[in-house]
Amino acid sequence: MQSSLFLVLRRIRAPLILLIVIYAVSITGLVFIPGADGEGNPIRMDFLHAFYFISYTATTIGFGEIPYAFTPAQRLWVTFCIYLTVIGWSYAFVKVLALVQDRWFLHAIEVQRFKNQVKRLTEPFYLICGYGETGSMLCRAFDSLGRRFVVLDRDEYRIAELDLADYRADTPALVADAKSPESLVLAGLKHPRCTAVLALTNDDRTNLAIATAGRLLRPDLPLICRAENPQIAADMRLFDAANVIEPFDKIGEYLALAIRSPGSYQLLQWLTGIPGTTLGEQTEPPSGRWVVCGDGYFAGSIARKLRERGLEVGIIEKPGPGRPNESLPLAPSPPTAGLSGLLQPSELERSVGLVAGTDDDSFNLSIVATARKLNPALFFVLRQNLRANQMLFEAHESDISVVSQEIVVHECLAHLTTPLLSRFLQIIKSRDDAWADATVHKLRSKVTRQVPLLWTVDLSPSGAPACGDFCRRADEELRLDHLLRDPGNRESYLPCVALLVARRDRDIEMPGPELRLGSTDRLLFAGTPDAKARQSLTLANVNVLDYVYLGRDVPRGWIWGKLFSSPKAHRSR
Amino acid sequence: MNLEKVIFGFFIVLAATLNFGFFIGDIDEPTHHDVYMLFATIVVNLVATVLKLGDRTQIGAIHLSTSLVADLQLAMAAVVWGLAVHVQQTGFTPATAISVVSLSGGALLANIVSVVLLIAETVVLRR
Repeated sequence: MQSSLFLVLRRIRAPLILLIVIYAVSITGLVFIPGADGEGNPIRMDFLHAFYFISYTATTIGFGEIPYAFTPAQRLWVTFCIYLTVIGWSYAFVKVLALVQDRWFLHAIEVQRFKNQVKRLTEPFYLICGYGETGSMLCRAFDSLGRRFVVLDRDEYRIAELDLADYRADTPALVADAKSPESLVLAGLKHPRCTAVLALTNDDRTNLAIATAGRLLRPDLPLICRAENPQIAADMRLFDAANVIEPFDKIGEYLALAIRSPGSYQLLQWLTGIPGTTLGEQTEPPSGRWVVCGDGYFAGSIARKLRERGLEVGIIEKPGPGRPNESLPLAPSPPTAGLSGLLQPSELERSVGLVAGTDDDSFNLSIVATARKLNPALFFVLRQNLRANQMLFEAHESDISVVSQEIVVHECLAHLTTPLLSRFLQIIKSRDDAWADATVHKLRSKVTRQVPLLWTVDLSPSGAPACGDFCRRADEELRLDHLLRDPGNRESYLPCVALLVARRDRDIEMPGPELRLGSTDRLLFAGTPDAKARQSLTLANVNVLDYVYLGRDVPRGWIWGKLFSSPKAHRSR
Repeated sequence: MNLEKVIFGFFIVLAATLNFGFFIGDIDEPTHHDVYMLFATIVVNLVATVLKLGDRTQIGAIHLSTSLVADLQLAMAAVVWGLAVHVQQTGFTPATAISVVSLSGGALLANIVSVVLLIAETVVLRR
């Protein structure tokens, strides 16, 4: 409040001085002009009454002439005073009103409020720069996970959108250029509870600036940057520990994976899906010659990834300026007359698949429509740029539709909420189709067809207090099986699957129930939210763990322990 | 020469001199202390206070606080005077004069601090 208070004080200096002068002049006049009491004796008004009279006259309250009716000379002066003081008050009032509506004043208050909000955050929070399509999707996801975040964006309409977005937690947001380190610090870059910085603006250079500032000012914080330009992405990678997400690169990688191993692609899609969606059908993009229709970095990235898989790729560049720009939803549509010329029938007939990946949604849709006429057997991959066009893409039958923003969101979520997931995804990419199919089958039978909730369990004493106690007892060994049992009834199993056990020396994927666990292990589970909640009972309460382990309630109190402690007596429920 | 500085210095010094003018004289002698002088002192002090508003520097903050002290003391003096004359109807007796003048003496001290600050600031800046 400090700086805006000073601004107010400085602005109201002139009106205040004017008011003081007007009061002084009026009061002095009233005191000097001779009056008369009820009997006509001359008297002088004293300061107390003069001040009282001017106060109520100036504020237009008007209690009348006191203490005696005024003489004509006094009335003449009071007439003059009335106009003077009312004008003085109005002037001061208008000045203050104008100040309250002043843009810069409001901005100063806004900044101050934001600063205080950030300062008061006591929970860990993420600093998100850029609230575009990607940013808003990510915020929605974080909000549903109960995470806090602070948002910076240059565009005030987007921040206004955020205010309307109705998040569960109060979200500090500010209109500011994230390029300047000052706004980053204002948004809590140096705050002790800031846990990660996400540079998600649609301008690669801004993201690079954020990465630089983040790395220099808070070297310990994880950084996640989005980059479309491969060169800038390489620059960002120079900062260690910066996670660079190249959405176009990812799309290419996924497409190549889908061609090589459809099952792996299906598993990957499922695990990284937005919670609540169901498992999609397995899609099998054909292997052969592909045509990539796109512009700028998109086409280049996809083609490079496909070529790495040994596929032949033809590129068709979109005519006109090729710089990808998602901030312009109403980009001028290219002339459709040029489309048939762009897609050569001879080339399409030789190909098995087509990627329609320009930065213009209507153009992409028309490319697919045109190409389908020329070669109905083609496999289509369609890029969607704007969420607003979702309906069009649902109505259109494409084989795979990709949204680069969604990919960025999935990557961010995987990095920040379940760090083990990215390791598991790497494993998926390296395994074959049969393994992936088996995993999908296992997940589907044990959990649901819905996208499972993924969570990490840390078996260290702080992460799972019960297991810490348990592992210290040398004669007992904790197995994965125990964590999968229902703490309410140990005969039944929780609807969850352990995907990965991360140890110091190696990772074990899809571990069996007999695996022995140690206190340094970290586990990745997939399951229902209910399974997670029930499992946390086992992890936190050593009595529950004893029950799951032994099949009976172990007496914990000293007396009960003395009376009933007989370790051999197993009483199964 | 800066007009703002001239006005600023003028009001601060004037507040101190008027205050001094009211304060000087026998403390229990009502005729030595003029009501108009007190009024003028209050008005000039208020103006000086407003002139000091909005300065973010440390010295500006001290300036403002000394002025507020002076305002408070003078307002108390005026209230004591008003109470004695109009509410208790005792008139401006030597006893009342003593209270009023001592209060204005406190204000004078604050005003002197203000003037010292003004001089110190000028000396430090040397411009």
